[in-house]
Amino acid sequence: MGWYNKRLAKSLWVFHISGSPCNNCDIEILNLITPKYDVERLGIKLVGSIRHADVLLITGVFNKKIAPKIRKIYEQAPKPIFVVAIGSCPTSGTCFKDSYNIVSSREDVIPIDMYIPGCPPKPEAMIEGVAKLMEILNG
Amino acid sequence: MEIKSNLKEISNKNQIPVGPFHPLLEEAEYFNLTVDGETVVDIDMDTGWMHRGHEFISEQKSFTQSIYLVERICGICSTSHPLAFVHALEDIDNIEIPLRARYIRTLVGELERIHSHLLWVGLAGHFIGYDTVWMWAWKYREPVLQMFEIISGNRNHYGMMRVGGVGKDVDPASIPELNKILDMLVKKMNMIAKIINDDPVLRSRLIGVGVLTKKDAIDYCAVGPTSRASGVRGDVRKDEPIDAYDLVDFDEIITKNGDVYDKFVVRVLEIIESIKICRQCLNKLKEIKGPFFNNVKEISAGEGIGRYEAPRGEVFHYVRTDGTNRVVRHKVRAPSFNNIPTFQASCKGIPIADALITLAGVDPCYCCTERAIRVSDKHNKNKKIDLLKLSRDKTLYIRRNA
Repeated sequence: MGWYNKRLAKSLWVFHISGSPCNNCDIEILNLITPKYDVERLGIKLVGSIRHADVLLITGVFNKKIAPKIRKIYEQAPKPIFVVAIGSCPTSGTCFKDSYNIVSSREDVIPIDMYIPGCPPKPEAMIEGVAKLMEILNG
Repeated sequence: MEIKSNLKEISNKNQIPVGPFHPLLEEAEYFNLTVDGETVVDIDMDTGWMHRGHEFISEQKSFTQSIYLVERICGICSTSHPLAFVHALEDIDNIEIPLRARYIRTLVGELERIHSHLLWVGLAGHFIGYDTVWMWAWKYREPVLQMFEIISGNRNHYGMMRVGGVGKDVDPASIPELNKILDMLVKKMNMIAKIINDDPVLRSRLIGVGVLTKKDAIDYCAVGPTSRASGVRGDVRKDEPIDAYDLVDFDEIITKNGDVYDKFVVRVLEIIESIKICRQCLNKLKEIKGPFFNNVKEISAGEGIGRYEAPRGEVFHYVRTDGTNRVVRHKVRAPSFNNIPTFQASCKGIPIADALITLAGVDPCYCCTERAIRVSDKHNKNKKIDLLKLSRDKTLYIRRNA
């Protein structure tokens, strides 16, 4: 699939879902497409449907109500799809790991390819994460 | 005959589900709009997608740890929640905080209001398909985040509040730079205030849309800019000034009409007022020397209430302590909890194209709101909890194990 990935890396289309976050990572993702960071110049575009997406950005710890919906969204996605988890919440659970309402192993809900830790990660870190993904895709 | 006509009426209505993942909503939430043709006749919503059990976790953590936890209730009001929480703890023992800390708290709180209102202005533009407004508003939000980075070291979660003061001092050397950013912002905000007066697109899309009358605002107990746009007075900063709010000069913005346009105007004018407060705080911080943190060793047993005017309205924290270093009960009531039910009043009878901007008009924050959980059985049907039986069972359990 090397030839396919190389073509994919030229223009990654991104879909964003939030699995019980505190909103901050979501706001920072939206911040990426506004004038200061403007990732559209790198060919990255935020799309409105998972069926158009190459990359799935996911934020937050998953609570028990939203986890099946996240799985459903992942199943609807055209494969290959690369799941990038943004923020400390999907990485470690941070302060919510003692909660009664969150899914303890997020890897069981959807397979996550890349983590970008930070609470919230700076937009520069997110851009670097996606740039590394492009590097991997280019081989 | 009557039954037949009723049937006809029902068959004309359609259900339109919005969410839980909708491209326009950055949070997961689910609305069920009942429409008759193009007109919205009823609205229902389902929450719980964001419930993480903050109140439960807070009861297991120490006070200072809890501050970082309540900060993560919502990423946009990430000063309002800790501030209301430390107000509640200080309320128990009537803890005095140093004057410098009072000004720093007010400064950070007002900067947060600026960035939150700018965020809403941008998203409102995005919702009506006017992305230019979005790009411009978020462009000017960026310097505010830069100010936060100068003051606290982080762009979004600041971790500034402590019981008895603030965690970090504002460096006097950075004040000229902060003032310079505010100078730039006030010019741009005046420009945005002019734009909403002149722009034909904004005026035609927002004037008269999603009207919340004064009576409805009072009936639904709306708070914050939502109620102020409908002509209802109410601002915790004016009513019960804590921190430095009684030492600074600012106006409460009130408009009459209650439509989305008025909410827009209220928010933009509030940004300009907040910049005024920030200026006064920075000027005072140049003069006032002294400590910024009053080290509190112990908090005695008791109950405390903390309030703060978050960007969306009044946020309310209740804590009960038992003399140890953690809370026994912690209750959070966020402003969106009052504002979200006003959809019932403002969304009925409007075209579906205007529904989304009306829903967004109150600046709902679902992360803040979802503090409760509904218990259901395994078939996903509601389980009625018999409180009396639960109570008796617990007594029985304790008696057996005693």
